[in-house]
Amino acid sequence: MTPLIEIDGLSKSYPGVRANEDVRFSIAPGEVHALLGENGAGKSTLVKMIYGLVRPDAGTMRLRGEPYAPPRPSVARERGVAMVFQHFSLFDALDVAENVALGMENPPPMRALAKRIREVSEEYGLPLDPARLVGDLSAGERQRVEIVRCLLQDPKLLIMDEPTSVLTPQEVEILFRTLRQLSAEGTAILYISHKLEEIRALCDGATILRRGRVVGSCAPREKTARELAEMMVGQTLTPPARAERARGPIALEAAMLDLDSPNPFGVGLRGVSFQVRQGEILGVAGVAGNGQDELLLALSGEIRSPTDAVRIDGHGVGHLGPVARRRLGLVAAPEERLGHAAAPDMSLTENALLSGGPRRGLVARGLIDWAKTRIFAREIVEQYDVRTPGIEVAARSLSGGNLQKFVIGRELSQDPSVVVVNQPTWGVDAAAAAAIRQALLDRAAAGAAVVVISQDLDELLEVADLFAALNGGRMTKPRPTQGLTVDEIGLMMGGAHGMEEAHAHHA
Amino acid sequence: MLGGINLATLIASLMVAAVPILMAATGELVAEKAGVLNLGVEGMMIIGAVCGLVAAVHSGSPALGFLAAAAAGAALSLVFALLTQVFLANQVATGLALTLFGLGLSSLIGQGYVGVKPPPTGRLEIPGLSDMPVLGPILFHHDVWVYLSIAMVAVVAAVLRRTRAGLILRAVGENHDAAHALGYKVTRVRLLAILFGGAMAGLGGAYVSLVRVPQWTDGITAGAGWIALAIVVFASWKPWRVLIGAYLFGGISVLQLNLQAAGARIPVEYLAMSPYVVTILVLVLISAERGGRGGNAPAALGRNFHAAR
Repeated sequence: MTPLIEIDGLSKSYPGVRANEDVRFSIAPGEVHALLGENGAGKSTLVKMIYGLVRPDAGTMRLRGEPYAPPRPSVARERGVAMVFQHFSLFDALDVAENVALGMENPPPMRALAKRIREVSEEYGLPLDPARLVGDLSAGERQRVEIVRCLLQDPKLLIMDEPTSVLTPQEVEILFRTLRQLSAEGTAILYISHKLEEIRALCDGATILRRGRVVGSCAPREKTARELAEMMVGQTLTPPARAERARGPIALEAAMLDLDSPNPFGVGLRGVSFQVRQGEILGVAGVAGNGQDELLLALSGEIRSPTDAVRIDGHGVGHLGPVARRRLGLVAAPEERLGHAAAPDMSLTENALLSGGPRRGLVARGLIDWAKTRIFAREIVEQYDVRTPGIEVAARSLSGGNLQKFVIGRELSQDPSVVVVNQPTWGVDAAAAAAIRQALLDRAAAGAAVVVISQDLDELLEVADLFAALNGGRMTKPRPTQGLTVDEIGLMMGGAHGMEEAHAHHA
Repeated sequence: MLGGINLATLIASLMVAAVPILMAATGELVAEKAGVLNLGVEGMMIIGAVCGLVAAVHSGSPALGFLAAAAAGAALSLVFALLTQVFLANQVATGLALTLFGLGLSSLIGQGYVGVKPPPTGRLEIPGLSDMPVLGPILFHHDVWVYLSIAMVAVVAAVLRRTRAGLILRAVGENHDAAHALGYKVTRVRLLAILFGGAMAGLGGAYVSLVRVPQWTDGITAGAGWIALAIVVFASWKPWRVLIGAYLFGGISVLQLNLQAAGARIPVEYLAMSPYVVTILVLVLISAERGGRGGNAPAALGRNFHAAR
């Protein structure tokens, strides 16, 4: 059988970076093929070349035996290549049908299209109302829009970039059923994910990229997740060490925390209550957009609440702002690194000052002590292994993982008694992620109460003592992590958002 | 009659008074729907006013004057497009600079034309309709531009709502990264929207110097461009509401003149500032209504797009 797509020697360079070098592999019709690699391994560039968004410097592709070099995505779509994006591809203010029409070459008139959307979405068990505004949909529903958009064009090759990062375990199950149905119908799927267990469950073959080159290929079902990770990283990984920790008195407490989201599409908090003791780590799971950002803002002090809704060491601090809370020992690291955790165009030194000022005594009588600030910045860079040419470079010039290490390091180096982090290892490669998790565990061992908000379940199971989930702004009662099953976690996260019944119909 | 003001005349003259701001606001609406905030409307209008007048005087044809005005407005907007879309300059600063530049340049071009009268633009007499009592003088006694400006609103509304081109334009203004990822030419779409906005502002300006005043004086547009910008916000980026806004604000300016003539004791300044007060009130109301998503503003409004991501 001729392969569906053959990739032969693709290379692409950007100034200073070789994103892809002599990449070659092929996918058979109906095969589910995984593309594995750390951040910056060149996966995105590669799929952008296949989808016609980026032109290769060298190399050729063949689709069903014919030469294939799409100059733009519309040509790729015509030839039967469709892509579901990780972000950046839906329009909040447009409705479902309009969003679908934008991804098609020759969309039928709106009314006919709406009917087709209903038909196709039910056929694959992904029900959608074509008239709804995309901005009002849940993460899982938004993804359905993207998938249905692709399916309407009857693709031969479907590219999926990190499709499950925003889904609950049950929604992932439903997605996989859809993908298996597609694969059985002969559609090949190129699947990018960091979640190795998923790849082992779904994929027939895998190509592993490291620093833009193919370093291996394998049948994922025959490998363990650990082996796959080590092939990606190229070194042996050690899981974080979890020392026994003594629990102290309650350090952070939220009581019936109620507030509205500052973001019009955001979700407010409704009656959130929990307690974290010294030396304890509370993991907060949840699908994106269920109040995670708002929880961080409420705890850090960026959104105020009634005085006793948030307490640090028993003192009501709900009315205090971030600086006052820092003085009392609470540090926070939000999800968005550029523009929220760090000022993109300011140097690392300046960024160190911005949050470290109050607790490290870097400002005296309104004057900045630059010498001390530089020492502080250097200390973070050294202790947290931040790879940077110096402490005077702009924050935005660091890679995501390095900046994340800097941001987390900056907060943890302030000798905090309470730590709140949101998505601490989002978009960070495996080695840096392990270092960050270890740092959080070490801080808890030193007696801090830690709240880790994350969409990465494996991460939470690895570090958290207590596990809770946010769903629609409400938080479940924290339970000990040990002994939780995946089903229980899925239910805590809010199940499948109505997807299950839909699929029951279909089956 | 209303306090010495004839209502029929008032409505007829507000329709005329609204044409410049209606045209400019319609053009700006399209640019903003594509995600471009061009604060240079006033500058593009006045360049249109002076170039339209010069062309009409030399050619003797008002129609050629309007054509030249559209071309001049578009040409000036091209400067804005070059700076913001190619060199990624800040849109607010560039727009303000465009206005200042346009005011200065128009003064320079208009130096020999102060007080010169352009050839008159005829009124459209429609047999039967124009002679109707009351409705005749109100609706059917205008020049062709009054009707064209309303037609443009209808065209823009239909294109934005019903066509694929309109959908792509809205998509670009809503999320340029997504539009780019789907393979749409963000910069090209925005460039065209800016040019359309410039041409419409030029036409609006020419209406001031060729029909409404009609002659050249420095600063002839007198802030109409700013009102046009305010109308777009007032209309929450909806074409038919732009028409309502333009007639409302046009009405206020006519009323202000009439009240003065009728010897009313309201200081003129209150009426002169009222369009802006109304706009501020609308903005407050819009943002008070949560979930209204900032009053329907295009999400990418004023944000520059860079493809290398």
